[in-house]
Amino acid sequence: MALLELYHYWAFAVLLMIGFYAVIAKLNLIKKLIGLSLFQAAVFLLYISMGKVEGGTAPIFMDGVDEQLYSNPLPQVLILTAIVVGISTLALGLGIVVRIKEEYGSIEENEIQEIDQR
Amino acid sequence: MSALQAHMPALQVIVPMLSAPLVLLLKERRLCWAATTLTSLCSFAIAVALCMGVLAGGESYYLMGSWPDPYGIELGVDAFSVLLLLVVNGASTLVLMGAFGSLNQDIEGHRQPLFYSAWLLAVAGLNGILVTADAFNIFVFMEISALASYVLVSAGPNRRALPAVFKYLIMGTIGATFYLIGIGLIYLMTGTLNLADMEIRIHLVADQKPILVAAGFITIGLALKAAVFPLHVWLPNAYTYAPNMVTVFLAACATKVSLYILLRFDFFVFQPNLAGHDLQFAYFLMPLSLLAVLVASTVAMFEPNLKRMLAWSSVAQIGYITLGASLVSLAGITAGLLHMFNHALAKAALFLALACLGMSVRHLRLENIAGIARQMPWTMAAFVLAGLSLIGVPGTAGFISKWYLISAVFESGPWGVALAGVIVISSLMAVVYIWRVVEVAYFGSLETGSTTGATIAEAPLPLLLATWTAVALNFYFGFAASLPVELSTRAARILLGHIP
Repeated sequence: MALLELYHYWAFAVLLMIGFYAVIAKLNLIKKLIGLSLFQAAVFLLYISMGKVEGGTAPIFMDGVDEQLYSNPLPQVLILTAIVVGISTLALGLGIVVRIKEEYGSIEENEIQEIDQR
Repeated sequence: MSALQAHMPALQVIVPMLSAPLVLLLKERRLCWAATTLTSLCSFAIAVALCMGVLAGGESYYLMGSWPDPYGIELGVDAFSVLLLLVVNGASTLVLMGAFGSLNQDIEGHRQPLFYSAWLLAVAGLNGILVTADAFNIFVFMEISALASYVLVSAGPNRRALPAVFKYLIMGTIGATFYLIGIGLIYLMTGTLNLADMEIRIHLVADQKPILVAAGFITIGLALKAAVFPLHVWLPNAYTYAPNMVTVFLAACATKVSLYILLRFDFFVFQPNLAGHDLQFAYFLMPLSLLAVLVASTVAMFEPNLKRMLAWSSVAQIGYITLGASLVSLAGITAGLLHMFNHALAKAALFLALACLGMSVRHLRLENIAGIARQMPWTMAAFVLAGLSLIGVPGTAGFISKWYLISAVFESGPWGVALAGVIVISSLMAVVYIWRVVEVAYFGSLETGSTTGATIAEAPLPLLLATWTAVALNFYFGFAASLPVELSTRAARILLGHIP
């Protein structure tokens, strides 16, 4: 049962590996980028799940409420930044794929290599 | 002045970062270039001021927004960061001063403001990594500099730059994400992101397994970014197809800054906390460094494309740096750090000489430069002298760091002689690959070479001046090596501060 209690780590590990597999194994450049996004999203989940405190609520101070348990807001703030980084990377990656399509007429890695070797 | 001095660590990042969007507004390309060069010069001046501060009084710390120490983001500048701040800002300034003609040739006019803006962002990101003392902040700056360098590389004139940069992007992002996982695990166990605080709090963690996993993730992720041997596959193509001036800049500093984070983490944060970490680190890194030195030098000997040849040589030189670090001794780490500085000088000078050649020769391949020394005597003379520094001939900067490395290797124990043998063999290999270029350029006949022989002329003066400045620095630091040696020794002491 101890294994199941850590289910959020399992979600993180499985998603991470699915994303990593797509990055390595897929030849289509768009699919590679999808894999990369999944890979990063898994790490976001790791951070967000670690900030959760059982029974904790949103960390907003209110008058008259003293003894309140709060979730840790810092991992969420960090991951907000990391999401922005992830989106920029994805946007730049897609931009490069568009340029590759314009120049090579293909977005399959093996076809691009063949064209380059000619 | 003293008020300004206190804010120097922050200004080191803020000046290039704020100038980046301003450059975009200028539109006129010569103005853009001038503004970028001026900003880079300011940034270099700040680095020099920080360096003098460190030499005079030691480290300077800065609390962003005055938030107290483990809670807010702290900037910290010590000898190690200063050593690389000088390299990054010096290389950027020197390259930009000579860059206008070459970049004008490689990049379309209306894209140039965007290009210069990305350049400044890359400088800001690299500076940020070097001044910050916060693990997550390092990640953010790492991605800023990485995204900007993807843009810089993709500006290359050959369409092959695009698949190369795509590979660079995928591998760079995987490396950065691995680093992020490592930071996450450490934060999970310690609740802090400040490097110094982290080092203290890891002691208090009962279960060290997550820390060990984090150390693995961080080391591998950063090794990927730093192109440590089997993880270097993105580097040769990215360097080959980038615009010539971008190659000079990236070759001089990008991988070294990743190595900086790697060493800081492994020695500063993990070393005092993980049992036997120095041995694991050494056993992991030393074989890879030796392979890097031998394999990459061998590939370089047979590579007809000049830029790719020097890119492979960079992989080998990164091997020297990690070899020094893997000795885990004061002498070894000093040698590794010194080689960061000196290799940046030598490789910048060599790539600048290639950029000079690139002004006349479209494809920088061995067969296209036959007999070119007759038309471009200054360029080729610079290439030869910079090559001597790369090989490590006495009197050049390259000799100083190889000397330190070999003495450190002999101190390291019974295997020292074998390691020294590897260093000597790979230096001989460097003689071979530099000589191939020299032979073809000086003794090759023009008829077999490029068909456009008539149009070949000496490179424009600013570029040639930049190249010769770099060559002169190689010789200056070959004779008066006290500044880099002093900084490296101090930095090595900081890194090893926790080893009894």
